[in-house]
Amino acid sequence: MCNSFAFYHFAAVFLSLNYLLHGNEKKGDIERAKNEGKELTKEEKQRLRKEKKQQKKSKEKKDDKAIQESGKETKGDSSAVSAPQPSTQSTAQKAVPAPVSVPAPEAPTPAEKPPKSKAELKAERRARQEAERASKQSKKGDPGPQGAVSKSKAATNELQPVVKRLPEHIQVDNPDVLKKLAKKLERQQIPLRLDYGYKVSLFSHLHQYSRKAPLTQQLSIPSTVIHPAIVRLGLQYSQGIVAGSNARSIALLHAFKQVIRDYTTPPNEELSRDLVNRLKPYISFLNQCRPLSASMGNAIKYVKKEISNIPSQCKEEEAKRKLLFCIEWYIKEKIILAAKAIAESSIEKISDGDVILIYGCSSLVNHILCEALEKNRKFRVIVVDSRPRLEGREALRRLVQRGISCTYVLISAVSYILPEVSKVFLGAHALLANGYVMSRVGTSQIALVAKAFNVPVLVCCETYKFCERVQTDSFVSNELDDPDDLIVTRNGQTHLEHWQQEPPLGLLNLVYDVTPPDFVDLVITELGMIPCTSVPVVLRVKNVDQ
Amino acid sequence: MPGPDKETDLTERVEAFLSDLKRGGSGAGPLRGSAETARETTALLRKITAQARWSSAGDLMEIIRKEGRRMTAAQPSETTVGNMIRRVLKIIREEYARSRGSSEEADQQESLHKLLTSGGLSEENFRQHFAPLKANVIEAINELLTELEGTTDNISMQALEHIHSNEVIMTIGRSRTVEAFLRDAARKRKFHVIVAECAPFCQGHEMATNLSKAGIETTVIADAAIFAVMSRVNKVIIGTQTVLANGGLRAVNGTHTLALAAKHHSTPLIVCAPMFKLSPQFPNEEDTFHKFVSPHEVLPFTEGEILSKVNVHCPVFDYVPPELITLFISNIGGHAPSYIYRLMSELYHPEDHEL
Repeated sequence: MCNSFAFYHFAAVFLSLNYLLHGNEKKGDIERAKNEGKELTKEEKQRLRKEKKQQKKSKEKKDDKAIQESGKETKGDSSAVSAPQPSTQSTAQKAVPAPVSVPAPEAPTPAEKPPKSKAELKAERRARQEAERASKQSKKGDPGPQGAVSKSKAATNELQPVVKRLPEHIQVDNPDVLKKLAKKLERQQIPLRLDYGYKVSLFSHLHQYSRKAPLTQQLSIPSTVIHPAIVRLGLQYSQGIVAGSNARSIALLHAFKQVIRDYTTPPNEELSRDLVNRLKPYISFLNQCRPLSASMGNAIKYVKKEISNIPSQCKEEEAKRKLLFCIEWYIKEKIILAAKAIAESSIEKISDGDVILIYGCSSLVNHILCEALEKNRKFRVIVVDSRPRLEGREALRRLVQRGISCTYVLISAVSYILPEVSKVFLGAHALLANGYVMSRVGTSQIALVAKAFNVPVLVCCETYKFCERVQTDSFVSNELDDPDDLIVTRNGQTHLEHWQQEPPLGLLNLVYDVTPPDFVDLVITELGMIPCTSVPVVLRVKNVDQ
Repeated sequence: MPGPDKETDLTERVEAFLSDLKRGGSGAGPLRGSAETARETTALLRKITAQARWSSAGDLMEIIRKEGRRMTAAQPSETTVGNMIRRVLKIIREEYARSRGSSEEADQQESLHKLLTSGGLSEENFRQHFAPLKANVIEAINELLTELEGTTDNISMQALEHIHSNEVIMTIGRSRTVEAFLRDAARKRKFHVIVAECAPFCQGHEMATNLSKAGIETTVIADAAIFAVMSRVNKVIIGTQTVLANGGLRAVNGTHTLALAAKHHSTPLIVCAPMFKLSPQFPNEEDTFHKFVSPHEVLPFTEGEILSKVNVHCPVFDYVPPELITLFISNIGGHAPSYIYRLMSELYHPEDHEL
């Protein structure tokens, strides 16, 4: 087949080019690749067929300018990508579409251009960076293999088989990861927080900090590296003064606004790049004070994206104004207006005479109940609370002040009180991509018992809390709170006072747990009322919008 | 005269016991374990048998029933008192039947044939006087007392049959039976115990410290984390306050949630309950079944401003239906929940179900 011949030829050319780029590349690699190249042809043929199909689709939607643009981008992109990837597998991959792209000069990327704009932006940015590096090294390569690179990138982007790096905070039992973290923090001049107390063996991969030893004790005053608003925020997080995912996100964004207001671009630096680098140590510091929540992660991603999208010609004042506006827009749209929309949909679900059960203190659920009261719905509320946080008391205070008639029980009494309940409203910390609801510990228990009594469970959650992680149990990724919180004095006796001195005794204070989707009947978001399993659909739609 | 003195002494003892029961039931859980209550009740009944004036079995049964009604009324939630009274009544019936010479099984069994043909036998009025009856009854009650003393040991002896090494066992609150059970197993095997603290009384804390002193690796978790950690638990072993006639449990607050979580993960739920906890009651309507204590445990008086506007409940017991239970371990061995009704018919006479 002439195809395979052409492919083989280009593979050889490309490989030799690669070899020139990297002096370290051994000759054996090339021989190996040539041999493997023969073996892989069958697989490559399948891929060729796939690419041809895509090509046909792309021919329907033609965009000449886009083609030319993408052609230029992909050239830069491919030259950049070829530089750091000497592996034979990837070369074989890139070599595959070579014969296809050569006869068809227009890359299929324009077909996916409208929905792929985000990917293209990413590629463009990376291309610019790498091109600067690679241009020093590479000669002008063939457009063939480079076009091939672009082709493969487009193909892989569709399914995004990216293996994400594991976050550090769930690899505490790996000493290498800890060493890396320590080095990174040293570079950023942030103190490392030490673990406290005996950790239960099932959770030895997570951090466990003590509230009595906040990170700020180890900082010098005044801190030159960290902005004081961030220091204050970190302390508020670690002491539990600011708690609840909405409150934490809003506090974070306000602190970022302050940072941006006080920021001045140093000479010879671009605002878009320098500000992002400034934010990195702050984020590490906040992470050390208390692990970031999913909502905070999404907010940070948004802020970083906005910052890097500032064009370089923009004046500093204007850029700062723009950023402040973007942050305010985010808070208003994603949190405040979303809460309003969710309240409106939820009120349809509350009928007169309802007995509603809520757990802990969720700002969204409290908001919904207060709005329902304004709309003159007659209902009463049962607040379920649990040790050691006892957040339900806060919710109880807020509801009683508005005049809602409430009952208060602890979570162990929930099977006593459930026969009276008509609906259960729960808040969420994050919604995971496999439909599981991550929320305060105890939520899954309430959902379980409600299911046993056939009481409908409704979860209220804004879409900015949707997260691409997947999780099936509450062990792999969780947060361990201060174990001393479990200690209580009753009748003058404190049994657990000296728990540290008895080696086999451990205290476990979990913060989050995951609720399986079969316990949840409905999720109310600002996009509408969806079942738990539609979360990945919403995520995809969001990605496309952005 | 020795008679009146003995009588006044007896009444004093009974009154003291009654006031103890009344006081012990309020507040943070039982101040005395059920085993002690059972032993004290039985000792008191033996004293009544020895010192009260009675001439026939019927009289004795009347006296015991009267005292028994007072005792159960003093603390309705302490069912071991009623159970012991019914046991003693059955002993009296048996001894009477033996003295009369008729075989025990013929009397005990209520076959359809007997119901239809010999209605006269069930109208036994126990009026005959037998001289050795008193001694026999007291001896039988002594046997009962010995049995009571050995219940915890009998249950712990079965521990190694049920716990293998490297297991994760979950329990809730504090049960002396389960504590002895686990300590016995820990002598030979290594395993891990997770204790749910069972708010608001937090008796799990004491259980955890006792277990860790015995060298068992223990973890204390909050009640809210029961479902979260259940996926890693191999067995759930709990104690109970009462075993009901249908095989269900009346156990400490939070046990129903634990049982549901265990069912969801298909984890076996094992109940360690000695025979004196078996009660001929069926789960009734809410108002006779539940017991509440001061809501101050849940919402303390420091939350003053909202206290008057809020209803606070603090139930002490939970009902666990028999479908959620896998096995009962008692001093006479292991049984399925469906077998409990049969055991009950061996321990108590049907006419004594209502005192």
